[in-house]
Amino acid sequence: MVDLTTVNWARAQFALTAMYHWIFVPLTLGLSFLCAFYESLYVRTGKEEWMNIAKFWMTLFGINFAIGVATGIILEFEFGTNWSNYSWMVGDIFGAPLAVEGIVAFFLEATFFAVMFFGWDRVSKNFHLFSTWMVAIGSNLSALWILVANGWMQHPVGVAFNPDTVRFEMQNFWEVLFSPVAMAKFTHTTSSSFMVGSLFVISVSSWYLLKGRHVEMAKKSIIVAAVFGLLSTCYVAWTGDESAFVNASTQPMKLAAYEGLYDGQKNAEIVFLGLLNTEKEPGDSHEAFDFDIKIPGLLGLMATRERDAFVPGINDLVYGNKEQGIVGTAEKMEKGKAAIADLAAYKAAKKAGDAQAAAATLASFAANQEFLGYGYLEKPEQAVPPVATSFYSFRIMVFLGVLFLLIFVLYLIFAVKDTLVGKKGLLSLGCISFFLALIASQSGWVVAEVGRQPWAIQGLMPVNVATTNISAGNVQATFFMFLAVFTILLIAEIKIMLKQIKIGPEGL
Amino acid sequence: MIGNLDTVLLQQIWWILASVVGSLFLFLTFVQGGQTLLWQVSGNEDEKSLIINSLGRKWELTFTTLVLFGGALFAAFPKFYATSFGGAYWVWMLILFTFIVQAVSYEYRKKPDNFLGARVYELFLFINGSVGILLIGAAVGTFFTGSNFILNEYNQVSWTHPLRGLEAAFSLFNLSLGLFLVFNARVLGSMYLVNSLDFTGRPQFEAKLRKACLVNLICALPFLLYVLVSLLLMDGFGFDAVGVVSMVGGKYLANLLAMPLVLGLLLLGLVLVIWGVVLTSFLRGTRGIWFGGLGTVLVGLAVFFTAAFNNTAFYPSKADLQSSLTIYNASSSHYTLTAMTYVALVIPLVLAYVAYVWWQMDARKISAEDIIGRKAY
Ligand code: HDD
Ligand code: HEM
Ligand code: HEM
Repeated sequence: MVDLTTVNWARAQFALTAMYHWIFVPLTLGLSFLCAFYESLYVRTGKEEWMNIAKFWMTLFGINFAIGVATGIILEFEFGTNWSNYSWMVGDIFGAPLAVEGIVAFFLEATFFAVMFFGWDRVSKNFHLFSTWMVAIGSNLSALWILVANGWMQHPVGVAFNPDTVRFEMQNFWEVLFSPVAMAKFTHTTSSSFMVGSLFVISVSSWYLLKGRHVEMAKKSIIVAAVFGLLSTCYVAWTGDESAFVNASTQPMKLAAYEGLYDGQKNAEIVFLGLLNTEKEPGDSHEAFDFDIKIPGLLGLMATRERDAFVPGINDLVYGNKEQGIVGTAEKMEKGKAAIADLAAYKAAKKAGDAQAAAATLASFAANQEFLGYGYLEKPEQAVPPVATSFYSFRIMVFLGVLFLLIFVLYLIFAVKDTLVGKKGLLSLGCISFFLALIASQSGWVVAEVGRQPWAIQGLMPVNVATTNISAGNVQATFFMFLAVFTILLIAEIKIMLKQIKIGPEGL
Repeated sequence: MIGNLDTVLLQQIWWILASVVGSLFLFLTFVQGGQTLLWQVSGNEDEKSLIINSLGRKWELTFTTLVLFGGALFAAFPKFYATSFGGAYWVWMLILFTFIVQAVSYEYRKKPDNFLGARVYELFLFINGSVGILLIGAAVGTFFTGSNFILNEYNQVSWTHPLRGLEAAFSLFNLSLGLFLVFNARVLGSMYLVNSLDFTGRPQFEAKLRKACLVNLICALPFLLYVLVSLLLMDGFGFDAVGVVSMVGGKYLANLLAMPLVLGLLLLGLVLVIWGVVLTSFLRGTRGIWFGGLGTVLVGLAVFFTAAFNNTAFYPSKADLQSSLTIYNASSSHYTLTAMTYVALVIPLVLAYVAYVWWQMDARKISAEDIIGRKAY
């Protein structure tokens, strides 16, 4: 098996590059639509003002977009460079959404981006507006396809293992595309990114209002952003709830981890606020929480949408629960190890030309193949993701979501009443809200990705069989190269962005 | 309907599609070529800005085509994607780094408070145009010269050379192919700029570009000749009816003779490139890029087809012949190839809107007024 330090460096590298990418992506997804709204208002009303507003936000959009693209290309190839066993084993399914993304989404973005920026006096007004919309739609289409890919890793559907080619092969494209996990991810991720984009506009505009500069432009920008943000927030809460509901059936361990639920319950209560006991390990008798505030019944309702349904906890999933018919990890590991042995025997028999033995081993392989991934685990507790990270990240995301709801509502009310300018406290909060939005959004990914450990593909392939066969030093070296390059580029981006904000819009 | 096609046919279709994308990428490296010409042909800051603003409208297309090339190979030939990217780790990583720094350079170069200074961003562009293209050439060269890997019975790759792919750049053949691509990109770059810029009041600038086109073709020729002659003489990686790979004397010459169409593509492509240069440098035309571009695409197709068709292993292993990848043993399943072929039906639509936008945006040449104001690069 591969070197564990390689695995960990590869994970660190994926986390680093993905999280850098994710600083810029949500802003691209949200701000592209806001630019399209502002420009639509201009084309509708014919007022220069809206054009200048649109152009200003587009300038900032462009600065962000460039670094979004720069950090994206590496991810496209990182599956090959750092996770080559993974890429081979599931390339038959996983490659498709990435290729589709390139064909249908990236070209839309790339082509119409040039028009959006340089086309103001080269194409007609309507074609320019169309291009701006195409950039927004293209960006969000790219989100669809990459999230279908990610959703498939969380919940592998439409696939079967082929023992002859020793890989997973796609059986049903539509099942992969319309998997409930993929849909929950797509809707939750894009709508949360709309919030991020709206809060960016609110942040910058609030700063202008505090400074008393570009006041008209800031107020106009805010109204649109607050409406968009408010609608998105409602949708985020709904799709977030849907995500948790889907988790309960597809990744119960992830749900148990981010809820800190060790022992399964009927009408499970949700820990609204809590401090995890750091001593607690699965299977021991420690209390899970040092301190907690609970809401009875809510978790059960969220996870199952029924009363009296059982929500399994970490212990049930690891050690099994006969009463509830839950198979424990140890038993799954045994079946997985049997499947691995059968697979090896099948290959040997085929090589020896023994058709009878091959058929027999294949049959016993088929009985256990759904547990294949468990065969690579060393102990049952390994199936538990980092509980504290999942638990706290989830709470950070949700609490910030509630805060944003409040922010959008207040901004909307005061913007309509036109009394925003005096609200120093609110404006200061608004100023930093964009950074909080980034934190919420990053936390979301931490819940999703850390919560699915140790699986690269849920139940089928743990991360330690997914990596490339390469010495850790190579991965480590590229990790630090990325860290250095991305950090330098990030500093450049922030400085340029701040400068452009200081300069402000032209002609207003 | 597509589902009824033979797996073999689908595999061939996908090699052709990947080759088309790869060859279009080679054409679009005029952006990289232009980047390396930046310092050489511009007489002052304004001329530099003209070049940047012209290339800046196109760089994303090149970049996206590269991304699609990777994605298409992943979807259609996952074993190649896993073996090459995971195996030849450092070549690909370095190539990617040059594209990462390129992606921000256009947008950030002239912006106030840009942290690194315009010069550094220009250097990034130069590195991308030189090192990036050189290494891509070296990587493509391994389609003919082979790499150092072994696949185990689960098709997992081990690389047997400590340089993890960088060793490719130390082969004379791969290096020549790389240098040829670098100079060819510069030929294309100068043709493109001649086509896209408004030279009113800048006759010297124009003359320099037209001269650069010719000079770079002359620089490219020795490398091209070396590559072509070696290709015709070298042993190649062929496989027989049951898929056993062996070294075959004069394999690539044999491929060209067995596939006269491919030979035709190669020769026609070379003639078109040369005609493009003649048009640009001697006849003072502005349409050279169309001939040079089409010619590059045809040459690219010929190279990719020679590497993989006529029972040839396109990603051969020197370390273990039987680990070599062919389009038949490296592909996705019939189901996936079918699904992807349906998706590929939208490619003509994509090409159509790209062409339409290109035509709209390039109807007027880039001139002094395009390099002032905040929107300019
Ligand atoms: C939910 C959205 C989302 C997610 C989860 C990801 N990306 Fe991304 N990506 C985008 C949304 C996006 C975008 C909005 O479309 C970007 C960001 C900024 C931009 O310019 O386009 C982009 C750019 C971008 C580019 C450059 C595209 C171009 O040529 O213009 C590549 C190659 C990738 N991404 C690849 C990836 C990979 C392989 C990911 C998985 C690990 C990934 N992205 C996660
Ligand atoms: C949508 C496409 C994405 C895919 C296909 C994907 C896939 C992966 C893979 C293969 C790994 C390495 C294996 C592992 O350690 O689990 C990983 C790890 C990780 N990813 Fe993602 N990821 C995606 C998006 C993101 C984004 C956008 C973020 C957040 C910014 C993110 C955050 C992480 C983190 C934090 C880890 C490390 C988890 C750990 O090792 O503990 N992922 N992801
Ligand atoms: C309001 C209540 C919210 C709930 C109930 C909620 C719920 C969830 C759940 C359960 C996941 C994990 C999904 C999975 O792993 O399959 C998740 C992921 C995520 N959340 Fe939230 N969330 C909320 C608010 C927010 C907010 C405010 C943001 C950001 C502004 C956000 C951004 C994300 C992101 C980016 C992900 C990762 C992508 C994904 O897995 O869908 N969420 N959320």
